[in-house]
Amino acid sequence: MAAPPPVPIVVVRDLSKIYRQGDINVTALNSVSLDIAPGEFVVLMGPSGSGKSTLLHIIAGIDQPTSGSAKVQGIDIARLNQSQLADWRNQNVGFVFQSFNLIPVLTAAENVELPLLLTNLSRKERRQQTLTALELVGLADRGHHRPDQLSGGQQQRAAIARALVTDPALIVADEPTGNLDAKSAGDVLEILQSLTRTAGKTVVMVTHDPKSASYGSRELHLEKGELAPGPGPK
Amino acid sequence: MALPLKYNLRNVLIRWRTTVFTILGIAAVVAVFLVLRGMASGMEHTSGNTGDPRNILVVRNGSQAESGSLVTRDQFRTLQYFEEIARNEKNEPVISAELVMIVSAPRRGAGGEANTLLRGVTPRGMELRPQVTLKEGRWFTPGKREVVVAQRLAARFDGFELGGTIKAGPDRLTVVGHFDATGSAFDSEAWMDADECRSIFDREMYSSLLLRPRDEAALTNLLARIQSDKRLSLRAEREVDYYAKQTLTAKPLKYIASILGVVMSVGAFFAAMNTMYATVAARTREIGTLRVLGFSRFAIVLSFLIEGTFLAMLGGVLGSLLAWSGYAVLSLLGVNFGTLDFQSFAETVFQFRVTPDMMLLGVLLSAVIGFTGSFPPALRAARLPVISALKSL
Repeated sequence: MAAPPPVPIVVVRDLSKIYRQGDINVTALNSVSLDIAPGEFVVLMGPSGSGKSTLLHIIAGIDQPTSGSAKVQGIDIARLNQSQLADWRNQNVGFVFQSFNLIPVLTAAENVELPLLLTNLSRKERRQQTLTALELVGLADRGHHRPDQLSGGQQQRAAIARALVTDPALIVADEPTGNLDAKSAGDVLEILQSLTRTAGKTVVMVTHDPKSASYGSRELHLEKGELAPGPGPK
Repeated sequence: MALPLKYNLRNVLIRWRTTVFTILGIAAVVAVFLVLRGMASGMEHTSGNTGDPRNILVVRNGSQAESGSLVTRDQFRTLQYFEEIARNEKNEPVISAELVMIVSAPRRGAGGEANTLLRGVTPRGMELRPQVTLKEGRWFTPGKREVVVAQRLAARFDGFELGGTIKAGPDRLTVVGHFDATGSAFDSEAWMDADECRSIFDREMYSSLLLRPRDEAALTNLLARIQSDKRLSLRAEREVDYYAKQTLTAKPLKYIASILGVVMSVGAFFAAMNTMYATVAARTREIGTLRVLGFSRFAIVLSFLIEGTFLAMLGGVLGSLLAWSGYAVLSLLGVNFGTLDFQSFAETVFQFRVTPDMMLLGVLLSAVIGFTGSFPPALRAARLPVISALKSL
């Protein structure tokens, strides 16, 4: 008998997002439904304005849908208020941005430790987890450097360590290789891929680049706010 | 949980140019405020530092100051035999009938003339004021047209040096000594023999009586007795209380300090607000990132409030230290200030004075400026929509 399919970590149903621009309503997402299983590396692709970043933001709990639901690990995040969302993001989602978004005045280790300041961990535990995360991305020896003393690739690896440090089930990445050279981009994508394969993390990544998309386990294409039939699972 | 303080501290250090200008602006506000307060405080201190709690000063009923008071010789004679008054080793009552006159003298250097207080004192009056000590020359000889002036006053008038002369009525008095009155109101006076003073100015009456009761019970009794005796029509109060009330001169300066303090604080408030708005604008993406990581709006508000208040307090500390340094240097050089006493219309000499309490007040003022000035930018930071903040360059 075949094993039952895994319970999806992300369940999106009839999700719509309409922005108001002056007197005009702009539909960013139109009735999108999808499931993402634990351990998947889902790549969201599509032209500019297709709604891929909006979908990523809603799944990550930094934007609210106009209608429909987005459940992550069974929690309908559209129902959470701002304060609950902030707590939820801290505990359940790791973020990787195109521009790294490290705090320039803090060292790499201090940047990685930031999300842990919102937990009940002791100083010693925080330091230990920070070191583990930095080791995982190969930056243990660069922890005391400030972002401006690191290369782009190292900064993005520090950002991945920050995304990992609270051990979230879901990692979202918005064009994480957009500002990197080919070598650094490859390193970052390999780290993200290995997180899904070895640590069982679920990664949802937005990209324009087909080469980056090739690291994912599934590609989803969005056009004009709707999911387009794509290649599906690899 | 709040953001780590090192985040704010390092941001303040990294933007060092803005930080320095903000600190200097607030330091200037606090320093000016403290200098004005320091002058008012110096005047108050001079009055508050005068007198002996065991002494009673008697003036005419209705008089607010000695210079406007008249006490008759009959009143003096009646009072000196009151049994509450202490007696010295010669069994004389310890009471001094004194005359306070205003004489005009040329200012040193600046030109023009100013009024100064001339006090006719008796030997008893000098015994009653042991804080007044001779520093140079000698005391005046009773019956001679001699005067001893306060050292601090001598520094401000021409002719007040030893051997100089002061015009008093139709005569001239020779300066034979300089005294020091330990920063009290007597530092603005010139003293001569009381009878000689009455003679020069052709005055029958005295201005005031200074006396020492036997003890505290006698003092209380005597105060009540003089006040209730309708025939005497005199007002009696402890010498220290009388001088403590002579702070009217300091009031205009205190008002100016308060008004200037408010006006300049408003300016500093906008400067602090401007700095913090610029800070928020420069760190919009950081704020968005922190919100994404889970930091609450409250944590963001708190962080910017701490940073703005800290920055302003650095200015407050610097301003307080500047004002204190000024005070220390002026004290070291023995520089005194003079102003018109609005009750006697005579020059009153005082020392600019900055106390730790005032410095604390200066730092508190800067904290209020920093906190209130940072509040609107901090709120703006917390209300930034996360997504648009993240997209900020």
